[in-house]
Amino acid sequence: MMKNWRLWTGFLLSIAAFISYFAFFYRFPITRDVPWVNFILFVAATVLLIAGVRRSQRKIWSGIVAFLGIAVFAFFVFAVTVASRRLPPSHGAPHVGQKAPDFTLLDSNGKSVTLSGLLANSPRGVLLVFYRGYW
Amino acid sequence: MRPVVISVDAPQVSENLRRKVGYTFTFLSDPNTEAIRRYDLLHKGAGENGHDIARPAEFLIDRSGTVRWTNLTEDLRIRARPEQMLAAAREVR
Repeated sequence: MMKNWRLWTGFLLSIAAFISYFAFFYRFPITRDVPWVNFILFVAATVLLIAGVRRSQRKIWSGIVAFLGIAVFAFFVFAVTVASRRLPPSHGAPHVGQKAPDFTLLDSNGKSVTLSGLLANSPRGVLLVFYRGYW
Repeated sequence: MRPVVISVDAPQVSENLRRKVGYTFTFLSDPNTEAIRRYDLLHKGAGENGHDIARPAEFLIDRSGTVRWTNLTEDLRIRARPEQMLAAAREVR
């Protein structure tokens, strides 16, 4: 294993590049919206993996490791481009200038609340935030 | 400007989250996706075990009930930033 440090460092770096996005870099808009830190890590991992295969005597084994490392990169690109953009079009959502549809829902204390009631007590308006839940 | 947040979570789930993170604004529960569908924000089967949930979206509504600003992200990872929402709120009197 030590004989081919480039290959194994590249493989571990690829895994680290994947995990560190969701575990750390996702927290900060500057490294979340465009995952540039993780892309740099993945490119470095890919360079090491390719160098590792070139220097390896066992091309098939090293090729499999390199393939898996690069597959992690490919999956990451898929996750942050295609998968995270799978959203309904929501063409019927209220537009600027329209009346916001009223509703009645329970708050977190189990009390019934209406949008019109909230607005009546909010002279500067209401910021309505829909989120995915399941925390 | 008063923040009000809505999800399909049960009131108790929202209350646990609210206490855990220390938020003081209103959390609303929409388990039957009534308001979520009225705002055309239903994301079918996107929740745990294929549950329907809300797609992320933000609306600023003035006291007359008129929508003054909206943000419907095209990417789940990218939400409205606090400074964007505060800037929009400053425009509303």
